[in-house]
Amino acid sequence: MKTIIEKIWDSHVVEHLEGFPDILAIDLQLVHEVTSPQAFQVLKERNLSVFAPHRTLATVDHNVPTIREGLTIQNPISRHQIETLRENCRMFGVPLLDMGSGYQGIVHVIGPELGFTHPGMTIVCGDSHTSTHGAFGALAFGIGTSEVARVLATGCILQERPKTMRVSFKGDLPIGVTAKDIILALIRKIGVNGGTGHVIEYTGAPVRALSMDERMTICNMSIECGARAGLIVPDETTFAYIKGKIGAPKGEKWEKAISYWKKLTTDNGATYDKEIELSLSTMAPMVTWGINPEQTIAINELVPNSISFPREMRDLAQKAIDYVKLNPGNPIEGVPIDYVFIGSCTNARLSDLREAAKVMKGRKVAPGVKVFIVPGSESIHRIAIEEGLAAIFIEAGAEYRSPGCSMCLAMNEDRVPPGKRCASTSNRNFIGRQGPESITHLMSPIMAAAVAVTGKITDVRKFL
Amino acid sequence: MNIITSQIIPVNRSHVDTDLIIPAEFLRSVTKKGFGQHLFARLRASDKSFPFNLEKYQGSKIMVAGMNFGCGSSREHAAWALADWGIRIIIAPSFADIFHQNALNNQILPIILQEHVIEMIFTKEAQHSTYEITVDLSNQTVRIPSGEIYPFSIDPYRKECLLNGMDDFDYLLSKRYQIDAFEQKNKSNRFFDTYAVRQLINEETSS
Repeated sequence: MKTIIEKIWDSHVVEHLEGFPDILAIDLQLVHEVTSPQAFQVLKERNLSVFAPHRTLATVDHNVPTIREGLTIQNPISRHQIETLRENCRMFGVPLLDMGSGYQGIVHVIGPELGFTHPGMTIVCGDSHTSTHGAFGALAFGIGTSEVARVLATGCILQERPKTMRVSFKGDLPIGVTAKDIILALIRKIGVNGGTGHVIEYTGAPVRALSMDERMTICNMSIECGARAGLIVPDETTFAYIKGKIGAPKGEKWEKAISYWKKLTTDNGATYDKEIELSLSTMAPMVTWGINPEQTIAINELVPNSISFPREMRDLAQKAIDYVKLNPGNPIEGVPIDYVFIGSCTNARLSDLREAAKVMKGRKVAPGVKVFIVPGSESIHRIAIEEGLAAIFIEAGAEYRSPGCSMCLAMNEDRVPPGKRCASTSNRNFIGRQGPESITHLMSPIMAAAVAVTGKITDVRKFL
Repeated sequence: MNIITSQIIPVNRSHVDTDLIIPAEFLRSVTKKGFGQHLFARLRASDKSFPFNLEKYQGSKIMVAGMNFGCGSSREHAAWALADWGIRIIIAPSFADIFHQNALNNQILPIILQEHVIEMIFTKEAQHSTYEITVDLSNQTVRIPSGEIYPFSIDPYRKECLLNGMDDFDYLLSKRYQIDAFEQKNKSNRFFDTYAVRQLINEETSS
């Protein structure tokens, strides 16, 4: 009796030798401009080719401008990094979805959107949020650049077999509570290292009711509790999402794929190394107050005092309070906000924009607040214009930008200035993540939209 | 790497993330060089007494840190920055998985010791003007100035790699036969081809 995690692992082991890590075959490798140049350089130095270019897909996302003036990039260092990827893709025959192709976007948005993410796959990328693809029942994990080079050259990676963890969600999701709130609540419960060494399987009736976009949001942040990956057993929702997309199998192959994918379940009686339960029925929208995603509270809670934490967490809690300049004992609701960022591989999909637009429709961005809406891909950017979502954002006074990672990690020009406070739909509220001395509060897209129109941290349920 | 003796440099905080080790604005280089100058940029900028700013710690090869060191982003630039600055060994109660691997891939040895031992090291180090630790990889021991010796565990394969300067790349390339055999056997279970995107964008086929 096996879990889906063990089934996928075992079917990809090229060689298992006692005393060595397993050699694991990789089905799909995703590539972006920041963590790949040094890897391609190693291939050039060793005179190696790419093992499976037809199972590799590249795009530019981390370092691209979100205000596009043609396809050129003003910043010379950024331009060089992007041109290096273009050159490497040409040289090694790796397909590239570049800016202006109509399909460029955040690597974890475009893989699924184009139908290349399938159940049962092993997927790697030099990016920790590769766990996103687990939403399809794939084993997907982030790797460093040394490993990017090895997978490029051999289609394989050396990995220790992971431990398994089951997270069981229970109860009905209350109104105003989203996938983002579920995952933030889980990280709060188990901590930023609660999943270390484990692959998480998310289970329970509430998961079955979630759309693929919502499942991706949950799996995306698996890494924020330290897990090596997070995944969900595929079902009809998964198959319906993939069907017909450019990367989807067609005809006979589709039938064959479906019969294989349907076997990717966890056997009754299979056991896990760790089990967690989380009830959703009494949950409220969540907001981070501190400097890591574990430092999360519900919108109706008070900013905690560091002495309320267990001894080993107290020091970091105090560092967090000092950094974010909040008063313990005060409500988190009502804290004034300077910037709103709706974007990132966590929450920049079409459904995220639709939900945010519902809240912002007919309302105006609060005075003094700067709002960035950054769609996850050129496809989403285009559809959101066609659907009238972009018009809603622009009429409200928000900036509707071109796709990229943008203000999630502040690698390009999109930064929160020092001392300014941002409501963000991204995944990390680390110190200075969105720019030097910036302060981040993570939340769902509808919560961020409510901040945009009120100028302060607000309970979005008032608008629903 | 076999035996290293060095003054330690303490980073006494838990959950140090890789954004803290090296912020994203410094990741735009296409080489592995020069990241050391940006190591812990945010903490160095905000805290004059942060150990990486202090003269007495310059040249330290052994860093001691709090639990879950290296969490967050997979950026190997964090390991490159530490290595470039001169760090060869990191001792902590626990490490984040991807960073742990990235460290090993850059000949940085991550050593796990119990939390109370790490806390004792932080306390003692703060009380002494110098505090040198000796790490012996062959014998898998950490020796502190008072003479106590703490054993640590390491995967035998990883140990061999560090001692002999080998890496996973050499190992994987030596397995080409097994990899090709697996590829042949599993061809039909892979239901996609990323070259299909060329239909979308009508890109010329290049090689």
